[in-house]
Amino acid sequence: MALRKPKLAVWKFSSCDGCQLSLLDCEDELLAVADAVEIANFPEASRAVVKGPYDLSLVEGSITTPHDAERIHGIRRASKFLVTIGACATAGGIQALRNFKDVKEFISIVYARPDYIETLKKSTPITDHVFVDFELRGCPINKYQLVEVLSAFLNGRKPNTPPHSVCVECKQRGTVCVMVAHGTPCLGPVTQVGCGALCPAYMRGCYGCFGPKETPNTAALSAWWSGMGVSERDLMRAYRGFNAYAEPFRKESEAHEK
Amino acid sequence: MKSKTIKVDYLARVEGEGALLVKIKGQQVTDVKLKIFEPPRFFEAFLRGRKFHEVPDITARICGICPIAYQMSACHAIEDAFGIKITGPIRDLRRLIYCGEWIESHALHVYLLHAPDFLGYEDAIRMAKDHPDDVKRGLRLKKAGNEIVRLLGGREIHPINVRVGGFYKVPDKKEFSALAEELKWARDAALATVRWVATFVFPEFDRDYEFVALRHPDEYPFNEGRLVSNKGLDIAVREYDQNFIEDHVSHSNSLQSRLKERNSYFVGPQARYSLNFDKLSPMAQEAARSAGLGPVCRNPFQSIIVRSVEIVYACDEALRLIEQYQRPDQPAVNVEPRVSTGYGCTEAPRGICYHRYRLDDRGLIVDAKIVPPTSQNLKTIEGDLWQFVQTHLLIQKDKLQWQCEQAVRNYDPCISCATHFLKLHIEPE
Repeated sequence: MALRKPKLAVWKFSSCDGCQLSLLDCEDELLAVADAVEIANFPEASRAVVKGPYDLSLVEGSITTPHDAERIHGIRRASKFLVTIGACATAGGIQALRNFKDVKEFISIVYARPDYIETLKKSTPITDHVFVDFELRGCPINKYQLVEVLSAFLNGRKPNTPPHSVCVECKQRGTVCVMVAHGTPCLGPVTQVGCGALCPAYMRGCYGCFGPKETPNTAALSAWWSGMGVSERDLMRAYRGFNAYAEPFRKESEAHEK
Repeated sequence: MKSKTIKVDYLARVEGEGALLVKIKGQQVTDVKLKIFEPPRFFEAFLRGRKFHEVPDITARICGICPIAYQMSACHAIEDAFGIKITGPIRDLRRLIYCGEWIESHALHVYLLHAPDFLGYEDAIRMAKDHPDDVKRGLRLKKAGNEIVRLLGGREIHPINVRVGGFYKVPDKKEFSALAEELKWARDAALATVRWVATFVFPEFDRDYEFVALRHPDEYPFNEGRLVSNKGLDIAVREYDQNFIEDHVSHSNSLQSRLKERNSYFVGPQARYSLNFDKLSPMAQEAARSAGLGPVCRNPFQSIIVRSVEIVYACDEALRLIEQYQRPDQPAVNVEPRVSTGYGCTEAPRGICYHRYRLDDRGLIVDAKIVPPTSQNLKTIEGDLWQFVQTHLLIQKDKLQWQCEQAVRNYDPCISCATHFLKLHIEPE
């Protein structure tokens, strides 16, 4: 008897769709992945919907509406493993910038009829609502890390995604440090690797799209930046990006908010 | 009286979350709603107080499928505010990276999202079992577009190399040699794509649309030009707000745009093509003619042919730009903030993307307005559904529902963008 293929589901919450697009961007691997699993729910790619339970659910996006805060529980119950993908799902995303302000004011800036809009005060990561088996970081995620996570979960092993800083990868690829050599402020020392240390290789400072590394010393980095003449407001803004609501970045941004 | 409802709770093969509801009473369509339940993300609000140089990176996050469009519109709007005009090789590189995004986004839509409708498959993966060579060609074509974006932008999604004033780093000419070889393959594959989609069966459908697109005296539009239509509109980008208005309707988290004087309008590949056919390269024009298209195309179901013709053009144009490229001395021009308001409008894969920013003397955003392509097409899509369902009432319900979905997908709607889109509910009364 043939073995049943594992059922893969992809779910979307508040997001730009870029992380699930990463799966379709695996042009060389897509048909092989589709051969190894049954794509049971992936509305961006297919009309077909297969009922749960699912062996692996990939969740993109953050929770921003009362309806979504309910919906995620149903997905958790239907999923053997639940993996969150991207900065929205793992940290609340860029839309978590509302968490620092009054959301009512935000609604009235964008929409003529605020009474038509239903939204929560805060944009929160999936892990604030349900148990998450693994978080894949990045804004956007790295597609090769995504293939690694799929392979790991389908084969019952732990994904190999390093938690160290962007600095390590700059050294590995032989990129000259933009902070030391050019005096360009860089979040690389406190940011988790995964992008391939892209920004310094393009002569700009890292802007933190993979979120905080494990045990980041943000205070020490901020002191360095201050010494380079970066203002308190600019420091606050630097941490308040695509992973603003990840705790180490949130706390550091608040330390520089006057 | 007999009534029926077509209801699609979650539209598939579109980017983002939308639903569709069509109500029919007797022989009359009584309601059409494209619902957008994608949650709002408030970009225009949290841009306030951010520095100008952060705007291209932040607005890219509106859309993972067309981040370049947001980066380009943002850069041009801010440069307009600061009184800068980009010329020479940097302007050419911007055009080149946009070619990459058009190829990637159009190939995604033609092969993975739209073609399965014409051939009767739920998705491209199932289609690949019977049409493996076509799907593989589509994936490689998409990859070729992504390669342009990756080379110039650092990565395919949310590229990191675009800045106000130019780029952080520009490539040497020799870095393009492998890419140019792949683009020659891609241009042939795009011609094969036009031949392939031209064999599809298209429902008879036609409406008297107002097409709106950029038009430039010397080239097929990407980043610059005047906003023109086939019904007399001819304005500078900075006159956008005086001519277009956004309404907020109760069934949608997107705003719906309309022309103040005439109502709904149509943006995207078909509008660009129908207003700029004379600016396509001879090879792209010839491909269109051989697929049976005239210089104007008013059947939205044939948008898949137009998109394929635009892939031919984008490959052709990318090769031309690479051929003539000379590395500039500086990757960017210097920018000095000043108190001003700037306007930018560029041709995203799905149509015009308008940005307006007011800035203070430190280069902080005081006020932002962003109008994505899909919110401009919402009224037109609803209009198509009214007419399509009314003239196809005798079709079996399952098939009608699928064709309604297809009518929506004609526009390659990006709901994630527009929420800042749509659900087919055909609902019984």
